[in-house]
Amino acid sequence: MAKYTIEVNGKSREVDVAPDTPLLWVLRDELNLVGTKYGCGVAQCGACTIHLDGEAVRSCVLPISSIANKKVITIEGLSENGDHPVQKAWDEVDVAQCGYCQAGQVMAAAALLKKNPNPSDEEIASSMTNICRCGTYVRIRQAVHMAAEKGGTLWKG
Amino acid sequence: MERLNVTRRNFLKVSSLLGGGMLIGFPMVSKSEAASNAVFSPNAYLKIGADNTFTLIAPNPEIGQGVKTSLPMIMAEELDLDWKKVKVEQAGFDPELYGRQVAGGSGSVRSRWQEARTAGATARALLVAAAAKTWGVDVTECHTEAGFVHHKKSGKKLSYGELAETAATMPIPENVPLKDPKDFKIIGTRVKNIDNDNILTGKPLFGIDTKRPGMYYAVVARPPAFGKKLKSFDDTESLKMQGVHKVVKWENIVAVLANSTWNAKKGRDALKLEWEDDSPLESTADHEKILKSFLDKRSDSPARNDGDALKFLENGGEIVEGTYEAPILPHATLEPMNFFADVREGKAELYGPTQTPASTRGQVSKALDIPEENVTVGLSRMGGGFGRRLMADYSLEAAMISAAAKAPVLMVWMREDDMQAGFYRPMGKYKYRATLNDKKELEAWHLTAAGLNNQRTSIPNSFPAGAVSNFRIDNHNKESNISTAPWRAPNHNFIAFAEQSFLDEIAHKAGKDPIQLQLELLAKAKNNPGGKVDYDIDRYENVIKELAKLSGWKNNNGANGIYQGFAAHYSFSTYVAQVAEVSIKDGKPKVHKVYCVVDCGQVVNLSGAENQIEGGIVDALGHALYGEITFDKGVVQQNNFNRYKLMQLQDAPMEIITRFVRNEHDPTGLGEPGFPPAHPAVCNALFAATGKRIRKLPISHTDFKA
Ligand code: FES
Ligand code: FES
Repeated sequence: MAKYTIEVNGKSREVDVAPDTPLLWVLRDELNLVGTKYGCGVAQCGACTIHLDGEAVRSCVLPISSIANKKVITIEGLSENGDHPVQKAWDEVDVAQCGYCQAGQVMAAAALLKKNPNPSDEEIASSMTNICRCGTYVRIRQAVHMAAEKGGTLWKG
Repeated sequence: MERLNVTRRNFLKVSSLLGGGMLIGFPMVSKSEAASNAVFSPNAYLKIGADNTFTLIAPNPEIGQGVKTSLPMIMAEELDLDWKKVKVEQAGFDPELYGRQVAGGSGSVRSRWQEARTAGATARALLVAAAAKTWGVDVTECHTEAGFVHHKKSGKKLSYGELAETAATMPIPENVPLKDPKDFKIIGTRVKNIDNDNILTGKPLFGIDTKRPGMYYAVVARPPAFGKKLKSFDDTESLKMQGVHKVVKWENIVAVLANSTWNAKKGRDALKLEWEDDSPLESTADHEKILKSFLDKRSDSPARNDGDALKFLENGGEIVEGTYEAPILPHATLEPMNFFADVREGKAELYGPTQTPASTRGQVSKALDIPEENVTVGLSRMGGGFGRRLMADYSLEAAMISAAAKAPVLMVWMREDDMQAGFYRPMGKYKYRATLNDKKELEAWHLTAAGLNNQRTSIPNSFPAGAVSNFRIDNHNKESNISTAPWRAPNHNFIAFAEQSFLDEIAHKAGKDPIQLQLELLAKAKNNPGGKVDYDIDRYENVIKELAKLSGWKNNNGANGIYQGFAAHYSFSTYVAQVAEVSIKDGKPKVHKVYCVVDCGQVVNLSGAENQIEGGIVDALGHALYGEITFDKGVVQQNNFNRYKLMQLQDAPMEIITRFVRNEHDPTGLGEPGFPPAHPAVCNALFAATGKRIRKLPISHTDFKA
């Protein structure tokens, strides 16, 4: 075991875990942040997507020892009241079926829009690679466009 | 206080709530169960608080099919509630209160429709009666709106909350009238998924999110192949590992309990395990051979035999022939199998994702010899089901681990476990032969079907049965030790592909338009039926005609390189017709648009219904493109998503245009029927585009460059 101090959703958190523990399991099992999901553990499905210094990354293959002082944002910390434009668009378009993949989808979309506030269909297709087993892709695409439109200047911040 | 009013037709339980308000048990037992049970049971509950809060209990498990939203909508409609004020709670498993709690067979709304409406209407009648009594007026002078009873003449109104206590004392009416569907305000509208906020902010909703005091995480070692069993194990290294609490064995599995999922997994990986052969180690290549060998064999008792198809085929005429093949598929729910169990002191508490809590309770009770009433099963939201969670293997496993370890556990399967210990969609092969007469009409149809673990390999009354006078089906089955189970739209998911592709072949051979051919066949089934049909011919015909209009049907015109393909299928009492538009770019198929017309009777939640149809189509497309599981000596060859490809957004159609036929038939299935026609619609469009007939799924076997 080793002690690590990481910054999650703006708060400094201390954990005592093995150095190879993926951030995913630190979030879920140590910090009770279960919004970040496990789907494959091999960086294929995107259910575990979080923001690391603003970039969308797959936390299931990210050992805690590699985080250092990078800032971690999870779905629980994406917005204070669940009102981030991506969350709002996802609700408005009513994307979710089972909902299991959607936290990861929202995190991926939020990171995409931050970089590219008005992505084309092709750009959405090439950067949104998270798996939705229920097949909500058509609505995900609509919701990204809606968030791009309604988010307006927010993406610049 | 509590009163019971039991009659043959009505059983309702009304109780006062502490601090005012009322609690109503609905007679939500489905008709078939009602007939088979001597005693009626109330089934779901509505709580109206004195503070005007409305809590509806969702009785059925939620796997993403939307019943946690749609069933409460039905009650709210007849009750005239303001949907914005409704809260929904998921019921636990309690068949005495809630009847049949199953997510399967696209049956949740179908089986509860009448009962939920009656329940809502009865509760509303009680509230009206309470208001009439309070005001000293006749009930006919009162009406309800969005949670209030109004008295028009005097302009008075009272909220349901204010009336609840009195309502709980009113005599329970019988035979309450239901709303005219024309007056529906909630049913048929777009209502958002009731859990959206929780899903989008990452609240614990799923079984895998469970936390309980003193709980351990358990990760399990299980046989590396079908046909192997545990010989011995050594846990010395595992027990030395950080965070590992205990190692327990049950039958052929060894579970490692630890303080985190990761530590449990590491402990599991450190076990030294020895396995031995228990039954033959089977491979897909062997299955292929065996199933193929069936395709020219007749069975002694054909599944259907109208007229004499074999005679026509012997006598020649124009023969069309095609063999269709589909692989084994995994359910691969995105949330892997998991369950929480706490078995102590003769009691078992279980919580997690299950489509059939009844089998979990039954199996746990039997295996642990604990009476059923001491086994509780709580229902979490599920990260997908698709049929996998109709099985109780994993919930039983969790219970046995908890019992052996004498501790509460959350057992979580790693994806690799989930892929290897699946209950797969069986593999199937269909050989069709048909003859055409001089007028290019279908004269004889012969299907020889072979499947793995699939006694009902074909569906004998499926279209075009009844529309062809000489119609024969021979079924063959091969038993395998590779476990199989229902998989979204069981049987239909393959039958539609084979049947509707073969009809497209026949249309091309006969020089007929594919839609025209199927309409001709339906006309034949109506006027001159060749045998029994299960489907309503008019409703079937109607979705096809509406679809032709909606899609501007042209088939193989190739404008802008885009080609259309058509398919229709009837399943779970729902009629679905689809046109897919595809093109080929750099040898890769691309699906641009899918048009879909659905007759599922009354739509309950328009947003949810469209989502189910869209999901069914996308799911079908993904599996058509890539889905395939193979085994080598009992070992799954695709044990995670790096080897088993699930579709991504880039493969999804740009648009899916869905129209629901408006009628006042009772609702029929929706979670599954969107899936079956999508395979053949896409494959028929690819034929229009390339002249290549896809007879073997997945499509990735077909080379479009050649
Ligand atoms: S769990 Fe991390 S990508 Fe699947
Ligand atoms: S909504 Fe179920 S996996 Fe995406």
